[in-house]
Amino acid sequence: MYATKYHKPGSVADAVAALGSAEDAKVLAGGQTLLPTMKQHLAAPSDLIDIRAIDGMSAISVSGDSVTIGAGTTHMDVAGSAAVQEAIPGLACLAAGIGDPHVRAMGTIGGSVANNDPAADYPAAVLGLGATVITNAREIAADDFFNGMFETALNEGEIITELQFPKAQSSGYSKFDNPASRYAIVGVFVAQTGGAVRVAVTGAGADGVHRHAGMEAALTADLSPAALDAVAVSADGLLSDVHASADYRAHLVKVMAKRAVAAMS
Amino acid sequence: MTDVTMVVNGKAVQRSIDDTTLLSEFLRENLRLTGTHVGCDTSQCGACVVHVNGRAIKSCTALAASLDGAEVTTIEGVANGKELHPMQRAFNVHHGLQCGFCTPGMIMAGIDMVNRYQASGQPLTEATIRHELEGNICRCTGYHNIVRAIEDAAQQMDGMSKAAE
Amino acid sequence: MSDGIGARVARKEDKRFITGKGKYTDDIRMENQAYAAFVRSPHAHARVTGIDASAAEAMDGVIAVLNGQELTGDGIGNIICGWAVTSKDGSPMNMGAWSALATEKVRYVGDAVAVVIAETQALARLAAEAVDVAYEELTGVAFADAALAAGAPQIHDNAPGNLIYDWEIGDQAATDAAIAGAAHVTELQVTNNRLSPNPMEPRSAVATFDESEDHYTLYTTSQNPHVARLVLSAFYQVAPEHKLRVIAPDVGGGFGCKIYIYPEEITCLWASMKTGRSVKWTSDRTEAFMTDAHGRDHISTAKMGFDASGKIVGFGVDTIANFGAYMSLFSSAVPTYLYATLLSGQYNIANIHCNVRGVYTNTVPVDAYRGAGRPEACYLIERMLETAAREMGMDPADLRRKNFIDSFPHETPVIMTYDAGDFAGNMDKAQAAADVAGFAARKAEAAGRGKLRGLGYSAYIEACGIAPSAAVGSLGAGVGLWESAEVRVNPVGTIEVLTGSHSHGQGHETTFAQIVADRFDLPIENIQIVHGDTDKVQFGMGTYGSRSGAVGMSAIVKAMDKVEAKVKKIAAHVLEAAEDDIVIEGGEVKVAGTDKAMGWHEVGLSAYTAHNLPDGMEPGLKEGAFYDPVNFTFPAGCYIAEVEVDPETGVTEIVQFTAADDFGNIINPMIVEGQVHGGVAQGIGQAMLEQVVYDHTGQLITGSYMDYAMPRADDVPSYTIEHNTTVCPNNPLGIKGCGEAGAIGAPPAVINAITDAIGTNDLQMPATSQAVWTAIQAAKTPMAAE
Repeated sequence: MYATKYHKPGSVADAVAALGSAEDAKVLAGGQTLLPTMKQHLAAPSDLIDIRAIDGMSAISVSGDSVTIGAGTTHMDVAGSAAVQEAIPGLACLAAGIGDPHVRAMGTIGGSVANNDPAADYPAAVLGLGATVITNAREIAADDFFNGMFETALNEGEIITELQFPKAQSSGYSKFDNPASRYAIVGVFVAQTGGAVRVAVTGAGADGVHRHAGMEAALTADLSPAALDAVAVSADGLLSDVHASADYRAHLVKVMAKRAVAAMS
Repeated sequence: MTDVTMVVNGKAVQRSIDDTTLLSEFLRENLRLTGTHVGCDTSQCGACVVHVNGRAIKSCTALAASLDGAEVTTIEGVANGKELHPMQRAFNVHHGLQCGFCTPGMIMAGIDMVNRYQASGQPLTEATIRHELEGNICRCTGYHNIVRAIEDAAQQMDGMSKAAE
Repeated sequence: MSDGIGARVARKEDKRFITGKGKYTDDIRMENQAYAAFVRSPHAHARVTGIDASAAEAMDGVIAVLNGQELTGDGIGNIICGWAVTSKDGSPMNMGAWSALATEKVRYVGDAVAVVIAETQALARLAAEAVDVAYEELTGVAFADAALAAGAPQIHDNAPGNLIYDWEIGDQAATDAAIAGAAHVTELQVTNNRLSPNPMEPRSAVATFDESEDHYTLYTTSQNPHVARLVLSAFYQVAPEHKLRVIAPDVGGGFGCKIYIYPEEITCLWASMKTGRSVKWTSDRTEAFMTDAHGRDHISTAKMGFDASGKIVGFGVDTIANFGAYMSLFSSAVPTYLYATLLSGQYNIANIHCNVRGVYTNTVPVDAYRGAGRPEACYLIERMLETAAREMGMDPADLRRKNFIDSFPHETPVIMTYDAGDFAGNMDKAQAAADVAGFAARKAEAAGRGKLRGLGYSAYIEACGIAPSAAVGSLGAGVGLWESAEVRVNPVGTIEVLTGSHSHGQGHETTFAQIVADRFDLPIENIQIVHGDTDKVQFGMGTYGSRSGAVGMSAIVKAMDKVEAKVKKIAAHVLEAAEDDIVIEGGEVKVAGTDKAMGWHEVGLSAYTAHNLPDGMEPGLKEGAFYDPVNFTFPAGCYIAEVEVDPETGVTEIVQFTAADDFGNIINPMIVEGQVHGGVAQGIGQAMLEQVVYDHTGQLITGSYMDYAMPRADDVPSYTIEHNTTVCPNNPLGIKGCGEAGAIGAPPAVINAITDAIGTNDLQMPATSQAVWTAIQAAKTPMAAE
């Protein structure tokens, strides 16, 4: 690991200030992606701004029609939250399947969303549920947040503080694991909110997480696995690697979508 | 350099460390607790699993500087004096280890798993044990006897917690 | 004796491992210790045109930056291959030079060109990045068939066309004729996928040069510390043997890849002398993927002929073996004497011919990995039998039974003499345990759930206990493959056994103690096994090739024979009885049929006080022995895998795995079963998950656990283990060895089960979900030409 300076601010304001004053600072949340990247000398931030000590950063709250989760909340806490299980079961289920138990005990929702790894699970829930990304500066709709692999709408020095998810009528997530890394080769999140159905696909796209209009239309008309039979999933723009070709991924997108629909509750 | 204070295996420790020091390095190099092992660079193998504030984490993927004030338990700290923890005993009885390198992480993961499932009242079946071991790789045992050991230890730990009630 | 032969004794060595007190090489910290980091080639094939270390040398805390010119300049010798294999035209193998630090050329990604010695590991790694190496890139080639093709890049000047050897065994003309006259011929092309052994403990070395004594000490992750010392001394000229101590403390798995003496150990020893510091190097996992010797990587084309009744009449095989960039220590023997000699399998085959071409490529060197050649042979034969049975419309088990060898000794046409076995009995046990009779019902039930269920067999045989020294010598081995032991009875009657075998997870401290406890009827706590240190143990060839039982323990038995003889002499003298009347039991040495007895410890004390010994007897009670095996041993068995495939995704679950093994006599069934579990898991890994992937130019794609799929707990089932014992007639304990069987027998059983489930023979390893799904699609789709 290259030299870095560790900071543990106690407030969002202090964190933003620390981010702004350093040459090349990065926010450290769970560190489950950032630290391995730094160990392999693939990232070399001058400073690390640890946001976990900030008050309220790992709180989960439920209001009338939404669930708000602090950016520093671990996957394990989201998965184990009775409130989340009750309000958005698909989200709890997704969190319970990220990485492994030890990673879930450290990794955070904010870190996952900010990093926007094309094989990460959370972006599928954020986009599939049409969540709102709340930062120190503003609120960003999920549809405006993810800008391709590892790219987001976050400005320099901007920190995600909370994720606000609308309570869906029903939701489901199905994931096809990479046999080595256990990241998603394909993960599909399906949510019915209001009258409409949203379908978000992670793991597969060369541009990261994305919605699938054809499946959304079919499922809005008929929310059943069979409704997807007639939908074509193109391999264009999908990733291809040693684990899965674009064609196989395209096939899996449909299979996982059907299974997500079958699992909706 | 950052000053950190932790309670490791029940003992308060204080060291001045480089900010890049990983918890695994802190334990192995600064405290010379070499039972915690490092078997990969990408947070998959789980040989480094320890308990921090009651949760099992990968010590190779946590900065020691970020754990000021934390309570840490390593493989060296799970026995009660000379009395082995039921999970340690079960690994011996069921031949749940061969080369022993992954074993500390397996035992720490096993204890954490049983504690979580017993706290939540969920059954720990063979399938759930195998799934819960997703973050721990063993190359020697083919996992068969590790699963048997955790099943057996879970019974004994259940007995212990019931007896304590 | 409750802790004797056949008892499921819990392991003595476990206590330190389960309490975190194991002592592995990286746990060692010497006074005055510095750290090494290697500067490695990012190119698969390139000329080194310059090394500028000035920036690294200028870093505070960097002690030295050393390169290959300096290393060879100091007389450090090239790395050797220890087994000379001769081509069929009589020419010697073409071995290219391999320097621990490359001098003019790099030949694989990871080839070391320089080493940085620094005060901390982190600093050494940063400084290694700062060393500026100028390369002139050359075209690389990763695949063996491509490396043989015209116009392929030339990797070593003295291996034209990248050919190391072109070797054969068996009678080609007779085999061709038999196949030409066969009623049915099955043809198959199989790839045996390249694997990385991946012991969980990464390789490590700590080298210390003591200038005042002109003496070196090396702690290292070795399966065979004495062989390491011999090679480091005799061939690499690092230090003469009496000035070099090699210690392999607890070793965290090896599976073959810790047999070899790598550039890193050589360099650490030399760098310790150069810098006057202890030098430690510990691999990280990424470095392990690009430096630990890989395994397998064969491409084979084979034809098997059958007569009208299903009897095999001939087996012809052509194999290309990828050696990687350099010839590792046992590399030449793996695809020849450890592979082609096992191509008769469990079958009576009159005519076998195999041609093997060994080939250089721009990849990590390939050498023995758990099974070493035998998995490649078994996979080919067992895929062949299953495929042939399907083609001929026969039951695959019946076809095997029809061809099983059923009388022993049996000489195969590929120079092996099988000494004992019961192949039909193995299959009987496996079929009963696997409930093969109930398979059709299970298949129908699975179909109801939308799953494709399949069952596959593997009837493996292997040759282990490697091997009679004269025999391997005549085949080109550079060493003898005996083993040594010393049994020391202390004056208080406790016993130390010094063995040249070296456990890296096999439980020697328990199993070896059991045979001593059994022989002298003593508590197992009174017996200590000493291994892994060239200063303590007389000599030894180490642990690999499933040899520690059949060879290592045989040496202990020989030494115990001598101890027993002396004990009886002493007791007969003291108790005034005839030697033949002395018996050892219950902690006593007695005169049979009388109440005259001495405590076991009293005999020990008598031997050391020497106040009352028979005339002419030397004091002491310590005996050594060297045991040279008279033949290989031949573990064999029948494995049955049952799988369920999800046709929608190709995801395959092994729902049942049954192993019926014949390992001869068994000392500790619990440990033996553990060896089978682990071997089978590695075999399942090869069959379904694992593969080292290079692009065609030699760039490594699977360089970490993010991309190399290791078997996890939820990838494998619980296993059903059966034993069917025929005693090995050729060693004193009647044992055959068990370490590699699982890795040899499992892959074909799994692939035969999957292909049975999906109804196509066209499937290569690893049968990943994608590969299985693709095979299902291909089988569904009519051929384009039709």
